[in-house]
Amino acid sequence: MYPASFEYYRASTLQEALNLLRQYPEAKVLAGGHSLIPLMKLRLANPPALVDIGRVAELKGIRRTDGTVVIGALTTHREVEFSEELKQWCPLLPEVAAHIGDPPVRNMGTIGGSLAHADPAADYPAAMLALGATIKAVGPNGERTIAADDFFVGMLTTALQPGEILTEVHVPVLGKGTGWAYEKFPHPASRYAVVGVAVVVRVENGVCREARIGITGAAPKAFRARNVEQALAGQRLDEATVRAATENMVSPEGLLSDPFASAAYRAHLCAVLTRRALLRAAGRAA
Amino acid sequence: MATRYFGVAMKRREDPRFITGRGTYVDDLTLPGLVYAAMVRSPHAHARIKAIHKEKALQHPGVIAVFTGKDMVESGVKSLPCGWLLPGMKLPPHYPMAVDKVRHVGEIVAVVIAQDRYTAEDAAELVEVEYEPLPAVADGAKALQPGAPAVHDEAPDNVCFRWSIGDREKTDEAFRRAHRTVKVELVNQRLIPNAIEPRAAMAQYNPATDEYTLWVTSQNPHVHRLLMAAFVLGIPEHKLRVISPDVGGGFGSKIFLYPEETIVTWAAKQVGRPVKWTARRRESFVSDAHGRDHITEAELAVDEKGKILGMRVKTIANLGAYLSTFAPAIPTYLYGTLLSGQYEIPTIYCEVTGVFTHTTPVDAYRGAGRPEATYVVERLMDLMARELGEDPAEFRRKNFIPPDKFPYQTPVALQYDSGNYEGALNKALEAINYKELRRRQEELRKQGRYIGIGFSCYIEACGIAPSQVVGSLGAQAGLWESALVRVHPTGKVTVYTGSHTHGQGHETAFAQIVADELGIPIEDVEIVHGDTGSVPFGMGTYGSRSAPVGGSAIVLSLQKIKEKARKIAAHLLEAAEEDVVFEDGKFYVKGVPDRFKTFQEVALQAYLAHNYPPGLEPGLEASSFYDPKNFTFPFGTHICVVEVDPETGKVKILRYVAVDDAGRIINPLIAEGQVHGGIAQGIGQALLEGAIYDENAQLLSASLLDYALPRADDLPAFEIDHTVTPCPHNPLGVKGIGETGTIAATAATVNAVMDALAPFGIRHIDMPLTPEKIWRAIQAARAA
Repeated sequence: MYPASFEYYRASTLQEALNLLRQYPEAKVLAGGHSLIPLMKLRLANPPALVDIGRVAELKGIRRTDGTVVIGALTTHREVEFSEELKQWCPLLPEVAAHIGDPPVRNMGTIGGSLAHADPAADYPAAMLALGATIKAVGPNGERTIAADDFFVGMLTTALQPGEILTEVHVPVLGKGTGWAYEKFPHPASRYAVVGVAVVVRVENGVCREARIGITGAAPKAFRARNVEQALAGQRLDEATVRAATENMVSPEGLLSDPFASAAYRAHLCAVLTRRALLRAAGRAA
Repeated sequence: MATRYFGVAMKRREDPRFITGRGTYVDDLTLPGLVYAAMVRSPHAHARIKAIHKEKALQHPGVIAVFTGKDMVESGVKSLPCGWLLPGMKLPPHYPMAVDKVRHVGEIVAVVIAQDRYTAEDAAELVEVEYEPLPAVADGAKALQPGAPAVHDEAPDNVCFRWSIGDREKTDEAFRRAHRTVKVELVNQRLIPNAIEPRAAMAQYNPATDEYTLWVTSQNPHVHRLLMAAFVLGIPEHKLRVISPDVGGGFGSKIFLYPEETIVTWAAKQVGRPVKWTARRRESFVSDAHGRDHITEAELAVDEKGKILGMRVKTIANLGAYLSTFAPAIPTYLYGTLLSGQYEIPTIYCEVTGVFTHTTPVDAYRGAGRPEATYVVERLMDLMARELGEDPAEFRRKNFIPPDKFPYQTPVALQYDSGNYEGALNKALEAINYKELRRRQEELRKQGRYIGIGFSCYIEACGIAPSQVVGSLGAQAGLWESALVRVHPTGKVTVYTGSHTHGQGHETAFAQIVADELGIPIEDVEIVHGDTGSVPFGMGTYGSRSAPVGGSAIVLSLQKIKEKARKIAAHLLEAAEEDVVFEDGKFYVKGVPDRFKTFQEVALQAYLAHNYPPGLEPGLEASSFYDPKNFTFPFGTHICVVEVDPETGKVKILRYVAVDDAGRIINPLIAEGQVHGGIAQGIGQALLEGAIYDENAQLLSASLLDYALPRADDLPAFEIDHTVTPCPHNPLGVKGIGETGTIAATAATVNAVMDALAPFGIRHIDMPLTPEKIWRAIQAARAA
């Protein structure tokens, strides 16, 4: 566990961090360090320099503006898990955060770092898709927002451009009649999601108005189960309907496969976990 | 004498130092001028080494030296020895670093010595090795197929040995006249030990005295010294001191003499500076000896009454690329001899083929051969019970060796000294509320819920002995143990034990024995181990031998101490020696307890020798070497209850009951801890763990991200109880407890899952029972 040598720079402000990234274009941004440092220790990542944004105050905190919750990129998984505000405004996120790693990891790892790293088995991407989140980034050309649907490009790849820093995550306040759930089948060793399914449903008069389903772990990047979402719109979310909509919902083709779980098994888990998540979410929406 | 410590659940005296971070492990040590070693390891499972270019690495700032296997061999370094020889066994050389060929991923081809670890790791990447990759084979059965790539020229068919035990003809005959037979193919998968402390070694050479000191993570420092000095490096044994300080777990993996400690000891003299190496976890995965890896065909035959007639077992044991120190003993004498289990089996025949493959060497891992045997026996018992439509508990009970038949000679060499198998079974059945549980199982099945109940009625043979017998079976060492008890003038006591603690709690348990025997406070007793410079030659700790063998050696020394002290006391009391009683730390004349000499007063007089028995030597210390008459035979019944989610195939353990008989228990808290850890490891094998090699013999499960060790949330709260059948042939009546959990739990868990899946007609799934395997089995059963 001995990384190759690297330069280390600590930024005090976002502007300073952006300047450092301009100065050291090969540098990697360091936040909680729980994705990047292990890769460096294994020498799978050998960046010549790190820009540590861990103490940039403007990237911290959780606040609300009208119907939107704004979460600073440096918010730790632990802070998300135990945030009283989030439990009221967007309880899906605390439920998801509780599944990430273990307490030491949750104390250090950050939501921005996790999203920017875009591990295909990370938990947050499923939630971002289900919530219809937007992600704010600041770069040399100023500020922009990226819809979650456009953010995850591929394995460990996002829409972030070189020199950009992820600053905020915007998620909607989950109002009355909205149900949510996260179902995760963890890998027994890594505890990453073999499959993780996040669901948000809006129910009016017992009928599903909108369902959004984000799936992580199954494929090289998190994706939405749009076929199931469409099949359920306007339907009652009872066991039979949900079962019919989720059966064989994903084709194994293109899914990840490893010695613990084949693509076929992952496809099966997608169906089972989506059904379970939908039924739990429907119960909460009622 | 009133017992004050023996049997008391004392907290471990060593724990405050461990839990406050004050333990001293090899990696914590440093020396003036210390430099660091990084190993250059083969990325290929099988390749010819065409050339090794050191230049770039040597030019790297801070690098002191780069050595290769050729450098070592040319300086006279010999092959690492094998400590157990079987007749006709092939023993190809195993040099600390590969010389012409590499034979498994992770084999060392060069070592870089540098001023710090980072530099050493950087420079290790600069050593250029030209390889010519060759075809490789990882699977034991495939290695035996014609045309399989040969691991060694000495064994072109990859067969290291063919070994058998039992009566073949008699067994074949039993199967011919059987009423029913069952047959199953079982894979006992390869496991990777993963002690919490990775292996480490630091060596120093003193040119003034020509002496070496090696600090190493060893379960048996004297064995390390003997093997390294006499066989590999040619250092006179008295010029090499081996110290094994605090060691964070071993599970067997720290018994063996490895290349790394040999390399740093040799290199320390070459570079004239002390050298340290500590494994990274990824190195541990490819370089610590692995465990298990059997492919077995097993059969059981019964008569009309369901009484067992015979057992037939054929096993391929994957030994890896080289023979690790005790590798040949594990799948033979520690496996075939255990196949009688707790049962009266008139005849058994077992043959084992030991096979070389292009994989990390395989050797003893917690239980070592005995978990493999128990798995075979207990799977067969379950399959036969199902075949006969009998309750698995009752089928076992019917075939137990009854208590009045001990000592019991099995058809596979062992003579069990004692046992009461039905007692443990009954206690476990009662604890789990068996009848009610079966009723509940039926009820839940109707609701589409699948719970299963699994048994493991195991036997263990531990404290492998006596030396003469193991010598005749091929051991290149005796299997006795030493103890030196030194009483200081103030009556404080230091015990030097040849056993070694790396998690077992000897500093507490042995001190409990000593304090009781001498009637002194436990605070007055110090247990010293792990240093060949101070401890008499000893065999170390493995195979659950510390209490029965190491503990017995201490008792023998204490008896000598007490005999001498009694002579001194008799003199002081002006009484005849035979009239002097020793009780609660006081010597007095029988019937006159008020006039006494304390143990401390007698100790002082032993060193003053002013008022002293004529002709008696001064001083008060004694050493003993205890060679047991036999193994000890712990046994018990474990019951596991699981629920299987038929949709995902995921197994949840609902309850786990363990009733173990390890004879008299020195410290119930430590014993319980051992059982807990053992069960966790056994469940780990059943459900989670398994080394995975691909077709090119690359290890895919080479990190803790891929290799699943059991964690707290994988396990239920264990329900633990004991029966006590004292060992009849050692002075404490103790047996081993360190491996019972591992031996029992794997079979109990797998049996429970198969019981849960019985309604689907599923008979067997190979371990680890991962959700996908179970899901696929259910899919296949539903399609059929």
